[in-house]
Amino acid sequence: MEKHITQYQTVRFTLNGREVERTVDVRASLTDMLRNDYRMTSVKKGCEVGECGACTVIIDGEAFNSCIYLAVWAEGKHITTLEGLLGPNGELSDIQQAFVEEAAIQCGFCTPGFILTAWEILESGKEYTDDELRKLLSGHLCRCTGYENILRAVKKTMYRRLGKELPQ
Amino acid sequence: MYDLKALYQAKTVADAVSLRLAHPEAHIIAGGSDVLVQMREGRRAGVELISIYGLDELRGVKLEEDDTIRIGSLTSFSHITRDPIIQKYINVLGEAVDQVGGPQIRNIGTIGGNTCNGVTSADSASTLHAWDAIVELTGPNGVRRCPIHEFYIKAGKVDIREGEIQTAILIPKESYENTFGHYIKYAMRNAMDIATLGTSVNVRLSADKKTVERVRIAFGVAGPVPLRAKTAEALVTGKTVSMVLAEEFARTVKEDINPRDSWRAAKDFRMHIAVESAKRAFVESVKLAGGEL
Repeated sequence: MEKHITQYQTVRFTLNGREVERTVDVRASLTDMLRNDYRMTSVKKGCEVGECGACTVIIDGEAFNSCIYLAVWAEGKHITTLEGLLGPNGELSDIQQAFVEEAAIQCGFCTPGFILTAWEILESGKEYTDDELRKLLSGHLCRCTGYENILRAVKKTMYRRLGKELPQ
Repeated sequence: MYDLKALYQAKTVADAVSLRLAHPEAHIIAGGSDVLVQMREGRRAGVELISIYGLDELRGVKLEEDDTIRIGSLTSFSHITRDPIIQKYINVLGEAVDQVGGPQIRNIGTIGGNTCNGVTSADSASTLHAWDAIVELTGPNGVRRCPIHEFYIKAGKVDIREGEIQTAILIPKESYENTFGHYIKYAMRNAMDIATLGTSVNVRLSADKKTVERVRIAFGVAGPVPLRAKTAEALVTGKTVSMVLAEEFARTVKEDINPRDSWRAAKDFRMHIAVESAKRAFVESVKLAGGEL
């Protein structure tokens, strides 16, 4: 059998606002690198084929499944994981707080991914209908909550940020 | 870790062409939402990859001097949907690719990858067939332009030759001018599903909005590759717009399509939804074009 020669590459990128650099195996997914080299354990390994959304991270402002993203593609990118949403003293961000208030969490495995997709939705500054929000959140699977509380948490934060009352 | 033998990262289009020639066995990876998944499934295990994902020169939509719409092959689905040029001239393409997978898939998936896969169910494919898109390929002998109908050879096989990569999808002005279209994806669920049938129609009406000047209809999953239903197109061209015409048009698509039985749906069912989708997409396109029926 042909011997495999491991190929390495140095990847420089910005992780949660900090410039970082690490030499990684080119076979690594972004999930592998974030979990193993940076201990970003909010990035979950779920399906690993881009269906469940548990590994979602923000890359240059957009949500991506890090399980189907080569680690070396991170070169020069700005990447945010759930850890990056915390305030300087570990305070929860508004969307995280809303997940707590609305009981949008049970086992918690899907939560980091959902919150990061919600972050992209909220950063757009737009007001979405429930149907639009459901579509925008549809790249995540949750086996506990039945989604209703998650939708409510996102909606509540959207209205708060827009300075509007949450319609009853 | 992905089971890959070697990774070559192209830095320019010319670099990608040299890498293709140097490593003819290597697979091209654009966004990877098919390639990396198939690697995980073991189907492409142990292959060499040429990554073109870093080629930012292949991203974005613009109008060329002759008003041809140029969509860079690495433009993601979400960027196509949000693009003002797409929204203004060929909004149906933005709507079609907004039904691929889920939001994160639409941020990574590219129109180049969607077409180079050669898959009949690709959400962009039927619309690109219905708009007579041109595929631009760049290789060792320069740029080659290939009509999308000829680009698809058979299921999973497209006309990409030695040393080539796809660099753009072009929509000529004569194709999109004064033309309005609608796409219907029939699938079991709204997200993360593959089309049981995809139907894309576009129409151009006469100035008084009463006559069909030109109509085009293309299907995905109605045959091994996306296809046009030209008998139906010819039947209604030059006729007066009406509901009767819409029904006649829809019935006639059966003469051109050849869907198969699969675990997703039976042939008879696909025939049935092809007729119904053709009618609905025709009616909607006529309305978008300002017609009444």
